[in-house]
Amino acid sequence: MKSDTPLLEVKNLDVRFAVRGGDLTALRGISFSLDKGERLGLVGESGAGKSVAAFSILNLIARPGYIAGGQILFEGKDLAAMSERELRKIRGNRIAMIFQDPMMTLNPVLSIGTQMVEAIKAHRRVSTKAAREIALSKLRKVQIPSPEKRLDQYPHELSGGMRQRVIIAIALLLDPEIIVADEPTTALDVTIQAEIMALLLDLCEQENVALMLITHDLGVVSQVTQRMLVMYSGRIIEQGPTREIINDAQHPYTQGLINALPQMGEPGARLFQIPGSMPSLKNVPSGCPFHPRCDFATDQCRQTMPEYVRSGNVDVACYEVSNLIEQEKRMQEAGS
Amino acid sequence: MTSPLVDIRGLEKRFDLSGSFLEQITFKGGRFQRKQEAVHAINGVDLQVQKGEALCVVGESGCGKSTVARTVMGLLSPSAGEVHYGGQRIDNLKGGDVLPYRRKMQMIFQNPYASLNPRMTIQQTLEEPIHFHRPELARSEVREKVQEVMQSVGIDPDWGSRFGHEFSGGQRQRIAIARALAVDPEFIVADEPISALDVSIQAQVLNLLMEAQETRNLTYLFITHDLAVVEHFGTRVAVMYLGRVCELAETKTLFAEPRHPYTQALLSAIPRLEDDRPNYIRLQGEVPTPVNLPSGCVFHGRCPYANERCRQEIPRLIVTDGGSQVACHAVEEGRL
Amino acid sequence: MTTATLSRWNRFRESFLWYSFKRDKVAIVSSIVLLLMVFAAVFAPLFAPTDPYDLAQIDIMNSELPPVGMPGADSAFPLGTDAQGRDMLSTILYGTRVSLLIGFGAVVLQAALGILFGLLAGYLGGRVDSILMRIADVQLSFSTLMVAIIVGAVFKASFGNLMFGEIAIYMLIFIIGVAEWPQIARTVRASVLAEKKKEYVDAAKVMGFRTNRIMFRHILPNTLSPIFVIATVQIANAIISEAALSFLGLGMPETQPSLGSLIKSGFDYIQSGSWWITLIPGLVLVVLVLVINLLGDWLRDVMNPRLYKG
Repeated sequence: MKSDTPLLEVKNLDVRFAVRGGDLTALRGISFSLDKGERLGLVGESGAGKSVAAFSILNLIARPGYIAGGQILFEGKDLAAMSERELRKIRGNRIAMIFQDPMMTLNPVLSIGTQMVEAIKAHRRVSTKAAREIALSKLRKVQIPSPEKRLDQYPHELSGGMRQRVIIAIALLLDPEIIVADEPTTALDVTIQAEIMALLLDLCEQENVALMLITHDLGVVSQVTQRMLVMYSGRIIEQGPTREIINDAQHPYTQGLINALPQMGEPGARLFQIPGSMPSLKNVPSGCPFHPRCDFATDQCRQTMPEYVRSGNVDVACYEVSNLIEQEKRMQEAGS
Repeated sequence: MTSPLVDIRGLEKRFDLSGSFLEQITFKGGRFQRKQEAVHAINGVDLQVQKGEALCVVGESGCGKSTVARTVMGLLSPSAGEVHYGGQRIDNLKGGDVLPYRRKMQMIFQNPYASLNPRMTIQQTLEEPIHFHRPELARSEVREKVQEVMQSVGIDPDWGSRFGHEFSGGQRQRIAIARALAVDPEFIVADEPISALDVSIQAQVLNLLMEAQETRNLTYLFITHDLAVVEHFGTRVAVMYLGRVCELAETKTLFAEPRHPYTQALLSAIPRLEDDRPNYIRLQGEVPTPVNLPSGCVFHGRCPYANERCRQEIPRLIVTDGGSQVACHAVEEGRL
Repeated sequence: MTTATLSRWNRFRESFLWYSFKRDKVAIVSSIVLLLMVFAAVFAPLFAPTDPYDLAQIDIMNSELPPVGMPGADSAFPLGTDAQGRDMLSTILYGTRVSLLIGFGAVVLQAALGILFGLLAGYLGGRVDSILMRIADVQLSFSTLMVAIIVGAVFKASFGNLMFGEIAIYMLIFIIGVAEWPQIARTVRASVLAEKKKEYVDAAKVMGFRTNRIMFRHILPNTLSPIFVIATVQIANAIISEAALSFLGLGMPETQPSLGSLIKSGFDYIQSGSWWITLIPGLVLVVLVLVINLLGDWLRDVMNPRLYKG
């Protein structure tokens, strides 16, 4: 399954927003890759920049935002440098997107069928009848009851869960290589959320589609993805295999996020809490942006942003972790 | 058993959809008909909140949990049934008679971005209720009280001259909690107080609520859709579905041994960190609209154990051997 | 106290309002022109060379002198004189004062009525809402001018010209104010309907605050920005309405001229070549109304939350 060049590779991506009083850096030095059929989770709280990261992959950052540096290589071609025309051939076709709010994708005044046929015809030369057949087959794939009937229905006639299924069907229409899903189940109830996530997971496995799942829910990430990135204040602070991070997080922020979950605490006991809150983009602290909330912060953390170090299969940007690794190394050397 | 602090008896609430008398008249099949439609938000709920406990009400959107909260607080008047506080019926009190209960019962809302008046400073927001309920206090005493309550929720009293929009979501929710605590209540209704907040902030606010419960001897009616929070926070849990309570139990009992098929499905849908795949009990169909309630047990359409009796007869809450109360014919008959 | 006002000033300087004002040339120029006109009008007695209300200062021999730069002009009267020999500059300054006074006064009355009825209708809803809004509909279905003409004519007939001259200014404020309140009432009602669903209103109810307190102290301050926009435009409208009524002879008398009655008084002489008596006050009126409207447009753009977010 693993090929030499990844399907998608983001290198040192910087995204800024031009606002009054100067530029705000929304993403700083983001680098990650996604292989064919891989499922990657992007975790962070609001303001961490995870949605901006998702939008920038499709070069969909709207003004006043702009890509200030770095590359987004999809099959070796840089999306950041592509013309709008070339991008349109990729968006929706090779890389599909699922939004939190289904109504961002669905037009309320057109029937489901019309919208699906339109989407197919925008990228493929097929007859309306053939396009309808494709639409129908995708609706069956997302296990919508009586799919023939749904084609003639309008978005408002469907429940929230059904709409999200239709959205997934639309994302699958053109057999994309990558699906980018931005909080696809946040607006849904728990039971529906479980159904939709299970469906998305099954489909990605069956069709060998890569999934980039943006969410704040660590539970969902651990259920669905193989690798994960943790973002804080526009930076990736930790990335690696999901299981490894969930079981043994390295970065103090990731540890805090996991330990703050009510399911981790003893019932009735005080929960672990990270003090303070995520800084706004207007005043990101110097050095490691997490240092004002971190128990391990030193002068070094306050001054310079830590480089990534590898611990097991996990890349972490934290001086505390790198110092520990150094120490271990020295102890081993001294021992031998 | 001691008498409960809050006693909700046979509560029903309908929201009329059909408008004025003239709008209800329809012409059908050669005859005029009067058609009345209503949303049946609560259909006969009995709940007792004991002094000092945190009773959690959980359920998915549309189950009527927020309506219960708002009816208890008198923001809505019940269509049928009664609300008692400390042995006194309060849902029919008028004008000044309600005031003493306004001081004893307070509410925390879901959206910290809308629950603070944007044109008032924090100082004004917190001073107003104290002035209003305790006019005997001098200015300096009021100010002292405000300082004390701000400190107790972890907001710097020097920030009093700022406006709500200058604070982050978590800080705003702290201020909203401070407002509720400012009048020294005994009982607090919290309507999804943490669902609009980020994970790391949720832990802070939950800790604050638990601290306040301990130091001020508070009683909570806690409305939420998040079962992980319930497990951590609740003394007892009531699970609601379509305006009825389907299971009511001690938190430990409910999570260890859920009896109602809906509770079981709901519990299985929580995304757990230790899971590698979504594991959940799949329900058939979707939640019916509260406009046309199903006959018999409201859950029968989605229940794998439903039989003829479930379709006909509304189940009552019965006490099981485990001590929980369940409204299910299958449990009663020992089929489940 | 001083620290509080200082921080409020800082707050304003950091606000979006001030920021967009600094970047909008039209808004800056309009507000400078408006401020100059208001200043000149308010302090008219200081700037005006003569007092047009003082008959002793008027000499009929000076009548219909053209503005400076034309043959036969007198440098004592830079904008010429009218048919009664009054200095045009002084008359215009005093006239602008009257027009502005009526404009502001009428809008204050409109706002008072509109806010009260709009709040009641929006917050209480139900029958109160239906009745108040139907009254507003009826009121709006009459043209302001038509009502004003009828009322003005009745007043004039019953009080006589002399008495009418004394009360004209109050009558105009009253007529224009009462005729236009539904505009503001509707705006207020719409904002109240949006605000009363917000949780801070529920929080106030849970505190046990009385209806009046919730309406005026909690909801009203949050509905002010649209009122502000409408009120600005309504000042311009009120000034125009007043000018129209005065032009028809139902407004200010010629002894206390407003811009409208100045235009009217000059209109009779336009055929005989004395165009300045009409044209100059006309230009002043146009500029005044234009700058107010431009400012109103700018305010509407800035205070529109949808634009604000984008």
